[in-house]
Amino acid sequence: MKNRLTPYYWMTLPAVVLFFIFMTLPALQGLYYSFTNWNGFGDTYDFIGFKNYVNLFQDSNIGNAYWFTIRFAVVATIFINIISLLIALGLNAKIKFRNFFRAVYFLPNILSILIVGYIFNYLFSNVFPLWGESLGLTALTTNILGSQDLAWVGVVTVAIWQGIAFNTILYLAGLQTIPTDLYEASNLDGAGKWREFWSITFPLIAPFFTINMVLAMKNSLMVFDLVVAMTDGGPGRATQSIAHLIYTGGFKGGEFAYQSANAIIYFILIAFISIIQLRFLQRREGDV
Amino acid sequence: MKKSRNRTNWIVMTLIVLGTIVVLFPLYMTVTIALKNPEQMRQSIFAFPADIQWSNFSKAIEMTGFFRALGNSTLVTTATVMLTLLTNSLVAYAIARNMNHKFFKGLYFYFVSAMFIPFQIIMLPVVKLTSGLHMTNLVGLIFLHTVYGLAFNIFIYVAYIRSIPMALEEAAKVDGATTWGTFWRIIFPLLAPMSATVGILTCLSTYNDFLLPLIMISDQRQYTLPLVQYIFQGQFNTDFNLAFASYLMAMLPMIIIYIFAQKWIINGVTQGSIKA
Repeated sequence: MKNRLTPYYWMTLPAVVLFFIFMTLPALQGLYYSFTNWNGFGDTYDFIGFKNYVNLFQDSNIGNAYWFTIRFAVVATIFINIISLLIALGLNAKIKFRNFFRAVYFLPNILSILIVGYIFNYLFSNVFPLWGESLGLTALTTNILGSQDLAWVGVVTVAIWQGIAFNTILYLAGLQTIPTDLYEASNLDGAGKWREFWSITFPLIAPFFTINMVLAMKNSLMVFDLVVAMTDGGPGRATQSIAHLIYTGGFKGGEFAYQSANAIIYFILIAFISIIQLRFLQRREGDV
Repeated sequence: MKKSRNRTNWIVMTLIVLGTIVVLFPLYMTVTIALKNPEQMRQSIFAFPADIQWSNFSKAIEMTGFFRALGNSTLVTTATVMLTLLTNSLVAYAIARNMNHKFFKGLYFYFVSAMFIPFQIIMLPVVKLTSGLHMTNLVGLIFLHTVYGLAFNIFIYVAYIRSIPMALEEAAKVDGATTWGTFWRIIFPLLAPMSATVGILTCLSTYNDFLLPLIMISDQRQYTLPLVQYIFQGQFNTDFNLAFASYLMAMLPMIIIYIFAQKWIINGVTQGSIKA
């Protein structure tokens, strides 16, 4: 019996070793450093217990980053899901050149988020203000990325522009699993479009709704590239995401241990939200 | 009522077309700005230039060392995809065929649970670790991309392998094939559709990745394409046309691949995500 399994053990060995060294070990080290005061450069540090964690809760930069990230993630998740579901319904309707449009709507997903961010950065500073002037929209006449209050709207808009691509394709795949005779039957029964959507379409694509909500939320909570390219966290710290704060504080600010503690809290937050979402949404699926 | 089911829905069609304008407008702007000079920009920011400034591209190539960055990105992406396909499928096979065994089942959950770990958590120690191992280079990038894809890839490979009937392998074993031989000659070829999905997803995420090269690569000769855009951003500030020529060139390889393999890419991505 043991003999039969030997080749299988060998097959997994390299992956287990590499995974342990580059994934598990750093995660444990991160946890360990979060209890020290190491700055990331020097040779010496002290073990300071939960002090970093206590300080985290009194740090306005941390609070600021969590507030921005959560607000950003909630708004992005909601808009991405509503718009991509609408587009998927449109692409699933009787239209011409369906495959061509499907290809166009997916295009943003293959582009580098960093470069997309740079392109929109330019549009916000130079192109949209021109539109604002000609249309008389005062909000658009200046670069909104330069405004403390509105910069986050700019970042979230681009996240939505790109995030829609992926979710649309998943919703479309979901819609195509629904047998058409269900619609024919409901048509005979005289159900309207609205009723048809809530009674047939939506319940049947519920699993896709769950996947899309969780993925969009997780991706948005981890936003980094877009922030770097569009605002670099500014103006001030108005658009600093948690990931951006860990990067800048940890690598450039000498807060290696402190940001390690932040990363642990961040991990707990993401795991917590993902699990809650999965539970809640899957229970909803079961009901229908 | 019945007729309308077969006729083109023009209202929806119109909305879909309007939507594509929103998607394509930033790309149109990228192309036109890359082809203009500042003088042409002042005349009209939207118009397509009559006189195309090809020199933007040659200047951007020179300034960013475009071909070296392209070479680095291509090397890292190709090697990561190949290494991922060869190793991740093998591990998934060993796990999928022994799920009733405690060790392999535990291994499965060990790998898959990493899907919940945000990269930021291990980011700081990883840099310290890789610099200690002299791996803050392109080789290190290839290894790390392969390891960090493992969680998701194992997840979808295992689901797929379990749908392949055991009978095929048993027949091979009766004929005297070893476990390794069975994998390479029977299972690996059968995995082709799932490998296409994994390959596409790995290719996209590796080519577009910015954070890992940012924290790992300090030698300018090893910069990848996204890193080059980032590093030279400051110098581009004076000349948007050069910057956009550079962005366009960096995005072009994936756009060209997408135009030719669009159907597979969309199907592959869908398949992979639904399995998840």
